[in-house]
Amino acid sequence: MWFALTDEQATLRDAVDDLLTAECPPAVVRAGWPGGDPAPLDRLWTALAEMGLLAAAVPESAGGLGLTEVDLVPPLTAAGYAAVPLPVAETAAVAGPLLAAAGDPGGQLAALVEGRCRIAVAGPGGLVPYGQRADLLLILTPPDGARLVRPDEVATTPVPTMDGSRAALRLTGDPVIGPSAGTRLDVPAHLLALTADRATLAASAQLVGLGRRMLDLTVAHVGTRRQFGAPVGSFQAVQHQLADALLGLELAAPAVLAASWAAATGADSRPADVSAGYLLAADAAERTARAALQCHGAIGYTTEYDLHLYAKRVWAIVAAAAGTDHHLDRLGTAIGLPAATAEQGGRP
Amino acid sequence: MDLRPDPADEQFRAEARDWLRAHRPSRPLPSGDTRAGFAAHLEWERTLHDGGWSVVSWPRRYGGRDASLWQWLIFEEEYAAAGAPQRVTQNGIFLLAPTLFEFGTDEQRDRILPAMAAARQLWCQGWSEPGAGSDLAALTSRAVRDDAAGGWRLTGHKTWTTRGAFCTHLFGLFRTDPQQQRHRGLTYFLVPLDAPGVTVRGFGRFDGDEGFADVYLDDVFVPDADVIGEVGAGWRVAMATTGSERGLTLRPPGRFTAAAARLVQLAGDRPDRLTGRLREQVVRAWLGARAYHLFTLAQVTRMLDGDPPGAAASLNKIHWSELDIALHRTALELLGPDAEVDAEWTRGFQFSLAGPIYAGTNEIQRGIVAERLLGLPRR
Ligand SMILES: Cc1cc2nc3c(=O)[nH]c(=O)nc-3n(C[C@H](O)[C@H](O)[C@H](O)COP(=O)(O)OP(=O)(O)OC[C@H]3O[C@@H](n4cnc5c(N)ncnc54)[C@H](O)[C@@H]3O)c2cc1C
Repeated sequence: MWFALTDEQATLRDAVDDLLTAECPPAVVRAGWPGGDPAPLDRLWTALAEMGLLAAAVPESAGGLGLTEVDLVPPLTAAGYAAVPLPVAETAAVAGPLLAAAGDPGGQLAALVEGRCRIAVAGPGGLVPYGQRADLLLILTPPDGARLVRPDEVATTPVPTMDGSRAALRLTGDPVIGPSAGTRLDVPAHLLALTADRATLAASAQLVGLGRRMLDLTVAHVGTRRQFGAPVGSFQAVQHQLADALLGLELAAPAVLAASWAAATGADSRPADVSAGYLLAADAAERTARAALQCHGAIGYTTEYDLHLYAKRVWAIVAAAAGTDHHLDRLGTAIGLPAATAEQGGRP
Repeated sequence: MDLRPDPADEQFRAEARDWLRAHRPSRPLPSGDTRAGFAAHLEWERTLHDGGWSVVSWPRRYGGRDASLWQWLIFEEEYAAAGAPQRVTQNGIFLLAPTLFEFGTDEQRDRILPAMAAARQLWCQGWSEPGAGSDLAALTSRAVRDDAAGGWRLTGHKTWTTRGAFCTHLFGLFRTDPQQQRHRGLTYFLVPLDAPGVTVRGFGRFDGDEGFADVYLDDVFVPDADVIGEVGAGWRVAMATTGSERGLTLRPPGRFTAAAARLVQLAGDRPDRLTGRLREQVVRAWLGARAYHLFTLAQVTRMLDGDPPGAAASLNKIHWSELDIALHRTALELLGPDAEVDAEWTRGFQFSLAGPIYAGTNEIQRGIVAERLLGLPRR
């Protein structure tokens, strides 16, 4: 038993951290908003590819790093911390390993590995975050497969989103996707389920990172903002909100890492562990977003200040995930609870 | 990272489980916070000691088994899962003993630890005073030097002393230098409760048990051999103990994972009451226990890597105390009308309400987190 990152894992995380600090400051996140200049985003993507992150979970035989879910959680947490406005998690944690497992029928893996191909993943309601900036869209079609399409092969429309840097598309075809479009990936149901859990893990990791970013911003702000002759961070009502925010994040982070361990080792507990990690991470990130906004006061409620870049991403990721009810229900069943049977309010 | 348990640790788990299964009391004991219950508990704790399971993480020479931190966690898990009784000796074992290991002399360790492990010396914590709760450094009980006798004379009033009416000894802080400001002039003393000048008065807690005591000291003599650490350094010694109190040693996660498992079982037994809302509450309570377990594994790894938890113990304290209430409150809802009948969950609920108060209130803990972990400015 040893519950800490290995040196290699910490090295990858630090390298990604350093890269994102340099290449993905708030100005670059803003560039992802409508009207922004895409050049720094393209540079960022290339740099991430060169580091190997985008193909980290692709087998070495296919040019990837051959890493596991555990290795991915720290860099994806860093991607959350930076609010990278590109489908990094989607490409690295979801599409890459799925494409490799499906045998790369369309021959797109090499482009992914080399950073020439960004893949966005369609979520509930046919909404595809980062679809406007993706080369390929991955559409999971449970129970038995998935499809990889170019955006021009299917009917889509760009949609404005709360977090403007999500650059989403909506699939509008009827049925949503034509039977002949793109490349069909034949994958068994269990692999699709694993893929969905990888997406949840990636969301959880980013949520933890986003929470830490907002907490750091807030600690810096309340340490210098003075009211009533004192830094507002010395007021107990402010201190206690931020202490609770830290507590939530500190408890969520190990749970997300443990969930990635379950995924990487093929443990039976994977669905329960992934749901547990997600519930803790989503809750902590949302509470931190609320506390951060509250403790900033009005400055936090401006678009000139950076907080909104991170807070809105939290709500966007939560909206795109499978949902609190789904995870609560799945976890409840896994721990042996019967389905809810009683009327709301209980028996008289 | 490797979350697989070590084979040796699993063997230790099996051994502990077998022993506990064979030896734990077959029926729930009466509350250890009553005089009769306390006696029954001591009998159990002596059985535990005779089996070699009373203080697993201590060195063998003091009655332990040199168990690693992992094994200690495992033991606590098995202990709670077996439904074995709460330790009435815990304040000695979990609060004074770590202090002795860190600050005591060999003579003090040899004299006290084996007797403590065997539940022969029973220790209570004498910190709080009527005028010194959260502001512990405001304590006024004093110790005056008696050079001729080679010791100190203690006078004052300690209160809210857990199980003070049933214990044999008290460890506590006393002011040895009234000239010094607040926490500077304090010293850490050991006091036998049968010493001349000690009066103990038990009184009832919120949950009805006589678990509290006032301890009045009137010119009580204590020899130099019963000073822990340096004279005047009591605050530093005591703060080392609060770390254990808030952090892992007092409330390891096994206690909560076991309670969560019992809650899930209760929900299964009462499907007639399991609304969607209650089901969510059960899942969230279970999740809180699971999160604490995983958080602890990461924390223990860091400790074994040489990084003591320090102020991070305050995070544990806030979490476990609020989790304990959530677990019990949910159980009461599942029980419905039966929740008011005096029984295990009901009693546990009443006790859980004290969690955010003792071991430093959660308001104080949040202040520590804010200032020491987040680096927010002090007022
Ligand atoms: C079940 C139980 C067992 C106990 N056992 C022992 C024992 O064995 N030995 C022992 O010595 N003591 C024991 N205590 C006492 C315990 O340590 C104190 O209750 C605790 O430190 C709080 O002090 P207080 O009760 O005086 O509350 P106060 O300090 O009077 O606090 C009252 C309220 O004010 C808040 N408050 C106080 N100061 C601040 C501040 N600076 N900022 C924000 N809020 C503040 C508190 O958080 C609390 O909500 C026990 C208490 C309980 C409930």
